Amino acid sequence: MPYPQYLKDLIKRVEANRARHVALKREDDDLPFLTLEQRQSYLERFHPDYKTGPQIRRPITVGPSKGYSISPEIVDLLEARALVDPDKLDLSNPDYDVDVLIIGGGGAGSAAAIYARNAGASVMIATKLRHGDANTMMAEGGIQACDKAQKDSPYYHFLDVLGGGHFVNKRSLARRLVEDGPDAIRWLEGLGVLFDKFPDGRMKTVHGGGTCRKRMHSASDMSGAEIMRVVRDEVRNLDVPVIEFSPAVELIKNAEGHCAGAVLYNMETQEFTVCRAKAVVMATGGSGRLHIQGFMTTNHYGATGDGLVLCYRAGLPLVFLHTVQYHPTGIAYPEQAEGLLITEKFRGAGANVLNVDGERFVNEREPRDVEASAFIRECTEVGKGVRTPTGKWGVWLDSPMLDLLHGQGYVAKNFCGAYMLLKRFEIDISREPMLVFPTLHYQNGGVDFEADCTTQIPGLFIGGEVGGGIHGENRLMGNSLLDINVFGRIAGANAARFAQDSAVDAPLTLDHVRRYHQELEDAGIVTQRRAPVLLPDYTTPEVKERQLETHYLGNLR
Amino acid sequence: MANDTDSRDKVQDSPQLPKIPIFIMGKRYMVPEELTIMKAMEYAGYQFIRGCGCRMGVCGACGTVYRKPGDYKIRVGLACQTVVEPEMYLTQLPFYPANRASYDLAGAQGSAEEIHAAYPEVFRCVSCNACTKICPAEVSVMDYIAAIKRGDLELASELSFECIQCGLCVSRCMAELPQYHIAQMARRFVGAKLTPKAGHLREQVRNIAEGRYKDLMDQLESASKDSLIELYKARQWEPAKEGEDWTPDDHRGLLS
Repeated sequence: MPYPQYLKDLIKRVEANRARHVALKREDDDLPFLTLEQRQSYLERFHPDYKTGPQIRRPITVGPSKGYSISPEIVDLLEARALVDPDKLDLSNPDYDVDVLIIGGGGAGSAAAIYARNAGASVMIATKLRHGDANTMMAEGGIQACDKAQKDSPYYHFLDVLGGGHFVNKRSLARRLVEDGPDAIRWLEGLGVLFDKFPDGRMKTVHGGGTCRKRMHSASDMSGAEIMRVVRDEVRNLDVPVIEFSPAVELIKNAEGHCAGAVLYNMETQEFTVCRAKAVVMATGGSGRLHIQGFMTTNHYGATGDGLVLCYRAGLPLVFLHTVQYHPTGIAYPEQAEGLLITEKFRGAGANVLNVDGERFVNEREPRDVEASAFIRECTEVGKGVRTPTGKWGVWLDSPMLDLLHGQGYVAKNFCGAYMLLKRFEIDISREPMLVFPTLHYQNGGVDFEADCTTQIPGLFIGGEVGGGIHGENRLMGNSLLDINVFGRIAGANAARFAQDSAVDAPLTLDHVRRYHQELEDAGIVTQRRAPVLLPDYTTPEVKERQLETHYLGNLR
Repeated sequence: MANDTDSRDKVQDSPQLPKIPIFIMGKRYMVPEELTIMKAMEYAGYQFIRGCGCRMGVCGACGTVYRKPGDYKIRVGLACQTVVEPEMYLTQLPFYPANRASYDLAGAQGSAEEIHAAYPEVFRCVSCNACTKICPAEVSVMDYIAAIKRGDLELASELSFECIQCGLCVSRCMAELPQYHIAQMARRFVGAKLTPKAGHLREQVRNIAEGRYKDLMDQLESASKDSLIELYKARQWEPAKEGEDWTPDDHRGLLS
């Protein structure tokens, strides 16, 4: 789907200004950053988080965060019944019995598995789709870490993280993130991740939105995919069993109140099985596939917030879920690729963001929430967005500038993922700009946890996007790949230690589920909804109507 | 919000959408002509458990092979990236068996000989190029296998970097190689054994482990929100155009 003629005509305005924009970029002559006050005004007027009304947020009526107002798409999952009937499942004869059960086979889960296994624990991963099917795989731009001591330190990384997160982050988590950053990179380097390097081995690092120092490490624009396939390969070397297509649908506790395993659901045979574990790591990732406010998303097919539901029913509070991250640059054209992520690294490397006149309107390196708000402002209040053939809006991201700035072939080599993707649609991004618009990208908040990955429930550890607090109300680019590695490693190591030192053997129970059901009834919530939903629902209403006798459990038939 | 229309992946049906016939595993469905194979299958009523992953072309879950009437060629694409064509008949290959050799990276030298020992079948390759032809990521599979046979792991690493490990190459290989596992081992050897390590990384890990930033970080962690905001505003910005050796004038927050 190459650009239609009218868009090609609009691109001529971008081309007319390109030489001037390149010259300005060479002189670092960018538009000034917004002041903190201006940023706040942009957010309040244009960011989706700041819209009000019952379609935007609703208080949760039951559970440990009762009264907390968050997206109704998530509240619906919390005000839903379990997939498994606690009275029908026999817990006395576990199908699996391990030291550490890891729920989720993405980056955090895999890092946890490696650390737990290397600490001597018997480990099993249960995951909903395939091992490696996760948002980690899709992260493009890179991973931050403050490892160049002549100009950078945990001090600056911490300030950047806090500033991006509106200064309300859980500071102990942010501190752990930045202080463990360099060691996480060292670990990945040792596992064989192909970081972009100078010939002498020094890491090539660039800016990301909201960073005061160039500390973004990358592996082309496939940083997440490269990290994911390497850690997955290492898990395989360690012979850790991975039970695929078997999501956890409920946590199991024991009579002492410890987390002691999970109920797994084989999506192919539709059987429920029981895994007993001395410690559990929850690493289920995010929730973009809930399509908050109807937004398109960059997220993986499996990102349905399962871990939030399981932890909440087990008694853990939720934090920072009132904010959702919209990545500024999702593809707005062609329709077939709509919502897909275009990495922030394009802007970090010098590509301008331009309106319908081919003019700049915002500094390209504002924090993500501000940048996204500026795009929405340009398309609405200012009225200088670019209309797509299907009537949606976008702004230009002028990728061809990069070949002019850094030499011919730079885009094809350094952004091979995006280059290949759009080439399939006959758009050559080394010659033509991309049309982009904000897309639902990241679950800023999640389950409350501590810097040692423990929670209020003994034996239950958190790693990755399912946890909340590290990034406050807005995450910066490159801190998610860092987060999953830093906290995945800690969760795995500490879960193994807990299994050895602190776990107690006591009868298994799902009483917390019974109590939760009771609480729903007491609150007057009578519903057929089931959660977790496990898969997004893309069956058309027309098809559903004709499935006369099909029984849906959540979104599963 | 500017894009008011519901932007979910769910296709909004309407009689106006021009439709074309496609054959999913031989069975005919009418689907909107501009959809990808993945969305067309969902439109037709399939709910994926296998055969669907990132939906952006990097995870390798949705490898799909198809043919068109009157054309002998076998064609290939990722279901999430390939737009339907009239009369195409297709099947997904969400999984294909491929044996993998376990290895101890820490104890390995990073030599081609170790890869040859782990995968002796690599020498069964007859350079038929069927792997390269079927690769939906346009990786030169045969060429990286040839590079591994020659012992040029750096080249193999470069050529295979965009591999999405979908396994379609394995399905076509007359020598029965598990190409993508072999390439993974080669890339890890290059990353871990054949590329110089970053010295600055070790230096900073040591600085942190020795607690050289501890006081500074204790102060930041307990600072008032207002003073954090002041420190945030006072950060000196590394200019985008400056090279590797830039150092700031303001040394607060740094060692030295």
